Amino acid sequence: MNIALEVKKMTMDFGGLRAIDNLDLDVKHGEIVALIGPNGAGKTTFFNCITGVYRPTRGDILIYPPDREQLRINGLKSNNVTEKGMARTFQNIRLFPNMTVLENVMIGRHCRTKSGVFSAIFRSRKTIHEENDIVEKSYNILEKIGIERFVNEFAKNLPYGVQRKLEIARALATDPFILLLDEPAAGMNPIEIKELDELIKKIRKQEKLSILLIEHHMSLVMNLSDRIFVMDYGRKIAQGTPDEIKSNKDVIKAYLGEDSDA
Amino acid sequence: MITIQEIKKSLIVSVWFMLLTFPIMVIRVNTVEKIVEWRWENMFFIGISVFFLSFLWRYLMKRKELEKKPDIGTWEISILQEIVKKPKILICCSCCLVLFALLLPFIFSFYQTNIITNALIYVMLGLGLNIVVGLAGLLDLGYVAFYAVGAYSYALLNHHFGLGFWSVLPVAAFLSAFFGILLGFPVLRLRGDYLAIVTLGFGEIIRLILENWNEFSFGPSGIANIKRPGLFGIQMSLETSIIYIYYLMLLIVIFTIFVVNRLQNSRVGRAWIALREDEIACQAMGIDKTKTKLTAFALGATWAGMAGAIFAAKTTFINPASFTFLESAMILSIVVLGGMGSIIGVIIASFILILTPEYLRAFSDYRMLIFGATMVIMMVFRPQGIIPNVRRTYKFSKSRIEN
Amino acid sequence: MKIKKMEYFFELFLGGLTRGSIYALIALGYTMVYGIIELINFAHGEIYMIGSFTALIVASVLTLKGFNQISILILASLAAIIYSGAYGYTLEKIAYKPLRHAQRLSPLISAIGMSIFLQNYVLLAQTSDFLPFPNLIPEFEFWEPYSHIIGSPQLVIILVTIIIMVLLTILIKYTKIGKAMRATAQDKNMAMLVGVNINHVISITFIIGSVLAAVGGVLIASHIGMINFYIGFIAGIKAFTAAVLGGIGSIPGAVIGALILGWTESFATGYVSSDYEDVFAFALLVFILIFKPAGILGHSDAQKV
Ligand SMILES: Nc1ncnc2c1ncn2[C@@H]1O[C@H](COP(=O)(O)OP(=O)(O)OP(=O)(O)O)[C@@H](O)[C@H]1O
Ligand SMILES: [Mg+2]
Repeated sequence: MNIALEVKKMTMDFGGLRAIDNLDLDVKHGEIVALIGPNGAGKTTFFNCITGVYRPTRGDILIYPPDREQLRINGLKSNNVTEKGMARTFQNIRLFPNMTVLENVMIGRHCRTKSGVFSAIFRSRKTIHEENDIVEKSYNILEKIGIERFVNEFAKNLPYGVQRKLEIARALATDPFILLLDEPAAGMNPIEIKELDELIKKIRKQEKLSILLIEHHMSLVMNLSDRIFVMDYGRKIAQGTPDEIKSNKDVIKAYLGEDSDA
Repeated sequence: MITIQEIKKSLIVSVWFMLLTFPIMVIRVNTVEKIVEWRWENMFFIGISVFFLSFLWRYLMKRKELEKKPDIGTWEISILQEIVKKPKILICCSCCLVLFALLLPFIFSFYQTNIITNALIYVMLGLGLNIVVGLAGLLDLGYVAFYAVGAYSYALLNHHFGLGFWSVLPVAAFLSAFFGILLGFPVLRLRGDYLAIVTLGFGEIIRLILENWNEFSFGPSGIANIKRPGLFGIQMSLETSIIYIYYLMLLIVIFTIFVVNRLQNSRVGRAWIALREDEIACQAMGIDKTKTKLTAFALGATWAGMAGAIFAAKTTFINPASFTFLESAMILSIVVLGGMGSIIGVIIASFILILTPEYLRAFSDYRMLIFGATMVIMMVFRPQGIIPNVRRTYKFSKSRIEN
Repeated sequence: MKIKKMEYFFELFLGGLTRGSIYALIALGYTMVYGIIELINFAHGEIYMIGSFTALIVASVLTLKGFNQISILILASLAAIIYSGAYGYTLEKIAYKPLRHAQRLSPLISAIGMSIFLQNYVLLAQTSDFLPFPNLIPEFEFWEPYSHIIGSPQLVIILVTIIIMVLLTILIKYTKIGKAMRATAQDKNMAMLVGVNINHVISITFIIGSVLAAVGGVLIASHIGMINFYIGFIAGIKAFTAAVLGGIGSIPGAVIGALILGWTESFATGYVSSDYEDVFAFALLVFILIFKPAGILGHSDAQKV
């Protein structure tokens, strides 16, 4: 398998606080990789750094789109990162509350379409075609995620679990080759988590994309991931297959606290 | 239903306001004749009205709390929204309206037609600002600057070079857009509230320059004898030209509605709304923030510029006093009252806000007071405006689009 | 010739210092409120205007009743302070408190509405004319020998401002409410968890800010000698400029920004042109916001996502 995303020696400082310390990470094409760690370990900050929301203090971020040259994406604005094929969801849901579910997904198509102000006003055949295409593609994604019955609801009126799924749908609409999910199962009940598990597997298979996910639900992580990276205090403390991680001493220590040697 | 407790509360509030407004409402000193005027009746009036208003305030607050749970809309609104949603009724209604609008100059006097033309200018300004504030969520407090750019473009080009209305209209639109981009480039990366203040500052700078740079703008005395719009060189009397400008304005407003409506549900319009809703998520979805904001800003400015040129042509006289911050505030309150992003709301609000003071003379002194209060009350109780924007819905059957 | 030039420069310098002191008093209100609830209290200038009106009204009534100058000064200032504080408090309860969890632009629009409302309230209840403001600050006799350098009103303005700054610093650094304010400014939820009453802190902040504005209002009004309902708007924007220049949210920043603005205006009107007095302030505002939106002492945090 070829590498899809490679992060080399990345460091992120907030004033005096080192949120990420010299971190290396890679994701291969078609792989599901999990990034775990206790609260405040710097996982979300890691996402923000590689998607251009923050500018990392040091380090290199490289992506390898399947049909294009490799790209160094440090310092790119987040919209350009998305355009290059890396899409994400947010831990504290950031949908567009006063837009409908379908429109939320249609926004995802923005960077794959072209029509501007004038074509919107004159509405040429090409524009109409493009618009229909956006609607159709977006609806298909909703169907795939299984939330098409909410199509005309306002995003703010959705149940929590559906909002999380809509975040995924919206990210998928940008045609990514790598998808970053920040705690997709947070706040979901066991049944929903089960559905999510299947959904993520299905997405990987159908869309042929790589997934990097942050998650606290261990059963989901162990079940889904091919490899796992563990962070604590901004540092990588372990990496490996689920079985390796389960028995790793440092990981257990990080999760249970320093003084619980037992 | 009303408990002793509530009455007590209202009494306290009412006494508080009586004391609070005491020096300003009751005492008036005539410093020239050295007499103090004690207007105790005002205190009484404040006490009574605050007492009852505080009940209303609490009642509305409670209702707002209840409405927070989704889907408990009030019925009046849902009827209006139903109308907006059903294309057949909508088309029927708009046909009636257009018919009425066409016959209007023959029903009403010239004076009244003129006032309605005024209101139409504000509809245009409101819809223009609606793109910037309502759709893209950029609080522009200096919108009137672009209006001034348009008005002065026409006035000056007409004064110095004798250019006619029709040839200047696109120039005015272009110049305003140019100013919009010029200002927008540096300021649009600012946070929302800073943007508001910078645009306010910009608006004031433009006005102060117009007021002080006599060689350029003829200072506070303004420019008079601006030519009215022509029609293939036909000579028109004052009355005909009032009617002509009315129809002209009507046409332009319909054009504006058409454009804004198309934009709202286009790729660009959706990007504006997304930007208003959540900037960070919007960028993460691949939308170029600066470019999107700039388009909205420039387009809004273009509309203000056109409205300005029309205003200059209609009144045949302009001076900087027409372009104060209060004008910006008035246009903003149209958008706020109408409902952010809602075309119909903005139209209704402009008519309410422009026509009420005209026809209820008693109102006109209190006009700015009421605008101010409206903005606060709308934000507290009905931030979505009188007629909230309705998003387009789509119907699907077996994943075939029907719209 | 040279001496003339020096003197002129010095005059402008002192004029700028006086102006700057007043701006500082108003700017502190903006900065404190912003520091705590991240709202540009657009109606702050109006509180200052209402403060000066109250002082004017009280002073005129007392003058007609034959009080002496010192007691008029004290009573009028007290009235201005109390009423401004009360207006600030009420303003927050009506226009901002219900909007604490509303969308981003709502409180700002509400603030603008309040500003327009208060302006017109004073306009309708009083007058749209400029009113002569009595000179409340006495010419001190002991200062006579130095008064060609700096008049006693200017001296009083500068001194009062310095005293207030010191008091405010002590209040914020060492008192309980000051600590609660700083905690709230840092992290509202955290402060709430450790038992800070947020509503209380916000109210107090508004009251303090309004009181400072009232002091500024009385001082400037008696210095300039004229007020009308519109003075709050211009002064408000200028003070806001000062607050942003220094770094909004930062108290020493507000003072530094105010002084810089005061001098800029004073020198620009003195050496360039007095027609464009306000343009300089607005231009400065636009430039800072464009080139250094965090201000001199402010720091720009990356927004947490
Ligand atoms: N914009 C910021 N400014 C300052 N500090 C920040 C910022 N963003 C994050 N931090 C700090 O960086 C550290 C890592 O935070 P981060 O949100 O990345 O943790 P996390 O691993 O995602 O935790 P969780 O599992 O709770 O989501 C925390 O100490 C946090 O307070
Ligand atoms: Mg996180």
